[in-house]
Amino acid sequence: MVDVPLLELRGIEKLFPGVKALSEMSFAVQAGSVHVLCGENGAGKSTLCKIINGIYQPDRGEILINGKPVVLRDPLEARSHKIAMIFQELNFIPEFTVEQNLFLGNEPVNKFGKIDWAAMRRQTVALLEQEGLPYRPDTKLKDLSVSDIQMLEIIKAISYQANILIMDEPTSAISTKEVELLFRKIAQLKSQGVGIVYISHKMDEIFRIADEISVLRDGRLIDTRPASELDIETVIKLMVGRKMESVFPEKKPQAPGPVLLDVQKLSQGKTFRDVSFQLRQGEIVGFAGLMGAGRTEVVRALFGLDEISSGTISIKGQPVTIRNVQDSIEHGVAMLSEDRKRYGIIPVRDVKENMSLSSLERVMGRFGIDHREERKRDTEMSRRLNVKTPSLETLISSLSGGNQQKIVLAKWLLRTPDILLLDEPTRGIDVGAKFEIYKLITELASEGKAVLMISSEMEELIGVCDRIYVMSKGRISGELQRKDFSQENIMKLALIG
Amino acid sequence: MAQRFSDMFLAFMSKLTSKYSIYLILLAMLVICSLLSPAFFSAKNLSNISRQISITTIISFGMTMLIIAGLIDLAAGSVMALAGILSVAIYKATGSLVIAMVTGIVIGIACNLVSGFVVTRFKTPPFIATLAMMTSARGAALLYTNGQNIYQLDQFVIFGQGDIFGIPTPVIVMVIISLVTWYLLNNTRFGRHLYAIGGNEDAARASGIKVNQTKMTAYAISGAFVGLAGVLFMSRVNAGLPNAGIGFEFDAMTASIIGGTSFSGGVGTAMGTLVGAFIMGFLNNIMNLLGIQSYLQQIIKGGIIVIAVAYDIMSKNKKTASQLGNIEERGKEA
Ligand SMILES: Nc1ncnc2c1ncn2[C@@H]1O[C@H](COP(=O)(O)OP(=O)(O)OP(=O)(O)O)[C@@H](O)[C@H]1O
Ligand SMILES: [Mg+2]
Repeated sequence: MVDVPLLELRGIEKLFPGVKALSEMSFAVQAGSVHVLCGENGAGKSTLCKIINGIYQPDRGEILINGKPVVLRDPLEARSHKIAMIFQELNFIPEFTVEQNLFLGNEPVNKFGKIDWAAMRRQTVALLEQEGLPYRPDTKLKDLSVSDIQMLEIIKAISYQANILIMDEPTSAISTKEVELLFRKIAQLKSQGVGIVYISHKMDEIFRIADEISVLRDGRLIDTRPASELDIETVIKLMVGRKMESVFPEKKPQAPGPVLLDVQKLSQGKTFRDVSFQLRQGEIVGFAGLMGAGRTEVVRALFGLDEISSGTISIKGQPVTIRNVQDSIEHGVAMLSEDRKRYGIIPVRDVKENMSLSSLERVMGRFGIDHREERKRDTEMSRRLNVKTPSLETLISSLSGGNQQKIVLAKWLLRTPDILLLDEPTRGIDVGAKFEIYKLITELASEGKAVLMISSEMEELIGVCDRIYVMSKGRISGELQRKDFSQENIMKLALIG
Repeated sequence: MAQRFSDMFLAFMSKLTSKYSIYLILLAMLVICSLLSPAFFSAKNLSNISRQISITTIISFGMTMLIIAGLIDLAAGSVMALAGILSVAIYKATGSLVIAMVTGIVIGIACNLVSGFVVTRFKTPPFIATLAMMTSARGAALLYTNGQNIYQLDQFVIFGQGDIFGIPTPVIVMVIISLVTWYLLNNTRFGRHLYAIGGNEDAARASGIKVNQTKMTAYAISGAFVGLAGVLFMSRVNAGLPNAGIGFEFDAMTASIIGGTSFSGGVGTAMGTLVGAFIMGFLNNIMNLLGIQSYLQQIIKGGIIVIAVAYDIMSKNKKTASQLGNIEERGKEA
């Protein structure tokens, strides 16, 4: 049986200034199957998807749908060919409500061309209910978390009833429970004959849903094979070009030092209550929990981004009041936000400026910023994190998602804070670079810093943390020591309440 | 390898044309104007142009810093008049040039600090806050002088009419201010913070930047430039004119925008602004030399501004699109 693929790309090439993002790329998706794209950060996965969605035009090569060549000049044209895409970078208007966002550019109108708000509300409520999402249609997006918005983006793309659905790292910001929801959805779509292109850096996930796997490296297709012929190790080897010895760095056991951060009965309205925990010098402490458990809110409050309603915070034994980010930075705290776009990058500035932003005082010479010193330091750090960028003067917004994440992380690492709060630090980062980041975090801890790390990937927490607190419904539902670490134990605590 | 080299060459060329397009335009104007009028390319005329643009350009540098940080100052012209008037008045009362100069600058700083305070403290949009200051400062200038011009400034004229080695003082001041601005934007934390705030205020705050303090500083510095411009202006016209400087803020913004400063914030350079000011200066000058009727001149200038702003908005749209893509297009366009 020779099926004509639902979607086929032949000999695609795409150039950006200073980078060849794709060359001689050929790729096909069959109806009713999931084709997974793997590759390191900057390998060209998102670029490929954006070509399928009509955002970029290839410099060479052709696109065929059901065997017929098509030209996709913009996303609308792609949509008319029943192609929809979930983007890696969440694009939303913070002031818009859930319903406005869902129907953006697709608003129901009455016969005079006026937006039919009642119909919009009805359809939104129906959609949210059908998908089992607990949001109110009139909530503004700026009041939702990244994971909520990610879920909205997913159901929005699904609601277009496309034949070809592209998912660019849909699970980088959501937790186990939502991932299950998504996977059930994917199974359902497959049975309806939808062809799915799926990108993820989470290996276990890939093998759960892939029918076929393509590995990209430096803009080239390395191999395409049925998932059944591959295993995690082989994929990693194809991606990185060498064998990876281990996923997590070796940790020297060391007795934790004095308490650096002591949080007692911290509460914030309805989002979290009576949160008490400690962070010792030299420790890496994980925060596990489901989406909406309140983890992000706790670290945001600790960092002075939001207010607390009660509770005490002590740093190095001294009670402190944290009214704003300034206060907490002065106490040696740094926080990496899960929301890279809003709190992480300055999109119109280059890599170097973004990286240096929080530690410029370290490179001040006699005549102001010492550009040579700055460049030296930034080059070193980007080499360490294996950042893929044409130069330090490249606009950060033109880097691949994972590489942007590395820059934001680098910004805080360069500051060498005493207490590092990391909210999903490896979000969207490839296996190889993840290892480097774990190594850096471990080194920081052994240098006497304290690290708090939120992650929706349980293995990651189990692999690098010394202790794990589990949150559920705004409270800490339990604490696990290293010897008790297991996914079951974490899940048990995460589901309490 | 050859392929790779040609890729690099293309990237280099597109970078060259987009990054330096403004300098190329200036060069092209220089050539075209020289061809259009033989009187254009002479030391005397070029020095004249420099002198004519100097005062608004000094204001322009402050404006550039504000626009980079996502701020604006609509009051620049009025504050300039107020600062100039009070400087003149102090000179007449004390006879001290130094005190007069300092007064002008301090008044500029004070007015802008008020605007800055309203913006940072009450979260008033900068447009509104400085619009209010525009009216108030003008009112204050008129109230103080009772609407009358002040004459007989004696020694005061040396600020604006003097020269050093044949170069008019205001031109020298303009060059110094351009270097100061360049230094601030490129070599200080303050400068980097301005870009960050204009580029993404939330991220800037979350990176530990003192956003309000930086904004206040930007207003204070631009206020100092405005005050200085006021002193130079009154000195050059040899009178204290309470109605001086109407619309100067717009000339200042025009030079900024032509020079590549983006109204969406986070982008702009000192050298760009200087070049933008010269482009506008050349344009005014050549239109005069060619005897183009002055009302028509205004229409032409308006057209140029529209083109510049349209370009700004187009590249801004490209930027929004660039989270989805398309930065590479900008190179082709320029
Ligand atoms: N708009 C753009 N302008 C310039 N270069 C770009 C642009 N978009 C992508 N690139 C470059 O193209 C290459 C491929 O990027 P792409 O976003 O496709 O990577 P990716 O495989 O999706 O990586 P990640 O896993 O980090 O998301 C990178 O080197 C990136 O810097
Ligand atoms: Mg990507």
